[in-house]
Amino acid sequence: MSEFFREYLIVFFFILLAVAAVGGLIGLSSAIRPNRPSKGKIKNYESGVDPTEGGWSQSQIRYYIFALLFVMFDVEAVFIFPWATVLEELGWFGLVEMVIFIFILALGLGYAWRKGVLKWA
Amino acid sequence: MLGLELAYWQETIIKLVLAFGVVLVPAGATVYLYLFKMVSFMQSRLGPMEAGPYGSLQLLAELGKSAQKEDIFPERADRFVFAAAPYVVIISSFLLALVVPFGPDAMFVNFDTGIFFALAVSSVSVIGVLMAGWASASKYSLMGGLRAAGQLIAYELPLVLAVVGVVIQAGTLNMSKIVEAQIEGEIFGWGAIGNPFILTQFVAFFIFFIAVQAELTQTPFDMPIAESELVAGYMTEYSGFRFLMFFIGEFATANIFAFLGATLFLGGWSVPPFVTDLIGIDPYSEAFNYIGPIVMITKMLLITFVIYWVRFTYPRFREDQLQRFAWKVLIPLALANIAVTGVAKVVF
Repeated sequence: MSEFFREYLIVFFFILLAVAAVGGLIGLSSAIRPNRPSKGKIKNYESGVDPTEGGWSQSQIRYYIFALLFVMFDVEAVFIFPWATVLEELGWFGLVEMVIFIFILALGLGYAWRKGVLKWA
Repeated sequence: MLGLELAYWQETIIKLVLAFGVVLVPAGATVYLYLFKMVSFMQSRLGPMEAGPYGSLQLLAELGKSAQKEDIFPERADRFVFAAAPYVVIISSFLLALVVPFGPDAMFVNFDTGIFFALAVSSVSVIGVLMAGWASASKYSLMGGLRAAGQLIAYELPLVLAVVGVVIQAGTLNMSKIVEAQIEGEIFGWGAIGNPFILTQFVAFFIFFIAVQAELTQTPFDMPIAESELVAGYMTEYSGFRFLMFFIGEFATANIFAFLGATLFLGGWSVPPFVTDLIGIDPYSEAFNYIGPIVMITKMLLITFVIYWVRFTYPRFREDQLQRFAWKVLIPLALANIAVTGVAKVVF
C-alpha cells in the first residue's frame, strides 16, 4: 500500500473506534436496563396528547432555496482553498482572478437577496 | 511518534487509546466545569453538590442514570436509521479530533489538507441529525431535524470562508504549518509574540466563533432543540444511552472546535516566542510534545468558556433572524475578509 493511502488508513480506524465506542456503551447498558414494552410507551411523544395523523406530517420546507445557495458557495469554497495556498506565488494576477470569481458569486447572492428569497415569508 | 520506534499497528493502537482521551475526557471536564458549575454560580446557586466533593462525580451518576433507562423505539420509527443516527454523530466528533496538532510531533496524523479535512468531516454530523429527526417519525423531531439542517448548512459557509482568511495568511492547509506560521510570524518586524492570527484575522475569528456556536446548536442558535417549543427537537424520541450519545457528541465537538480555533487563531500548541527565548529552548524542541497539550488545553478552556458564557447569557434567535444573520451579515463579511486578506497578502 502506498504511503499516501496508509496515512489515510487511520481515518478508517477512527470510524471503527467510534462505532465500537457507541455500540459498546449501548450494549453495556442493555445488561442493566429494564425492558417492559407497552403500547402507550412506544407512541410518539406529542406533549401527552394522543398523536394524530402520521409522524411524517406535511410541512412547508423553506430550506430548499437555501440548500441551492449552499451548494453554490460550497463549491466556491472548494475552489478558493487551493487558490489561498498559492496566492503568494500568483501575486496580483491570482488576486484579480479570484476577486472577479468572488464578485460573480456575490452577484448571485445579491440577486437572491433582491428577489426576496432570503426573507422569511 | 515521540521518538519511539513502533510498528504501524502498535502506533495505531496507542493513537486509538489516546483518541478516547482527547474526545471524551475534555468533554466530561467541560460539562462539569462549565455546564454544571459555572452556570450555577452565574445564576447564584451551587449546582450539583451531592455526588462526590463539590459534585465532581455527578457525571458518573448521570451515566449510571442513563444506563438504566429503557431503550424505546417509537412505533412508527424507521428502526435502522433511528439506531444508526447516534453513530454518525459520534463518528463526526472522532474524525474531527484526528487532525488537531498537540505538539511538534504529538498529533494523530499530519494530513497536508488538515484543516480542509476537518471542515469536511464536521459537516457529517448534519447527516446524523437529519437522520435522527426523520427516522423518529414524530412531528417535533422532524421539525427539529429540518431546522437543524437549515441552520447547519447556513453557518457551515461562514465557518469555511472564515478559515480561508487564515489559510491565505499561512499559505498552507497543513495544521502543523499553520502553527509554525504563527510562531515565525512578525507584526511589522516585531516578532516577540509571533503572530497569532487572532491579531490580524480578528474578523475571521469573530465569524468563526459565531459559526461554531451555531454549528454546535448552542444558545442563541438553539432553535433546532428549543426546549420550550420542540421538547428536545431531533432528540425527542431518544432515551437512555442513545440520547446520551447526542449529548456527548455535542460537547465533544464543542471542545474539538475549540481546539481547532486555538490552532488557527491563538497559536496552537506554541507559547509566545519571547517566552521560549527567555527560557532558552527551541520552540520546536521535543519538550513541546509534553508542554504543547497543556498549552492547547488552556487555550481550549478559554474558548469553551466564552462559548458557554454566551450560551447562558443570550436569548434565542428566531428562525428567520438566524437565517438572515448568516446570509446577509456573516457570508458577505467573510467574503470581504477574504478579499481584504488577499490584497494585504499580495501588497506586503
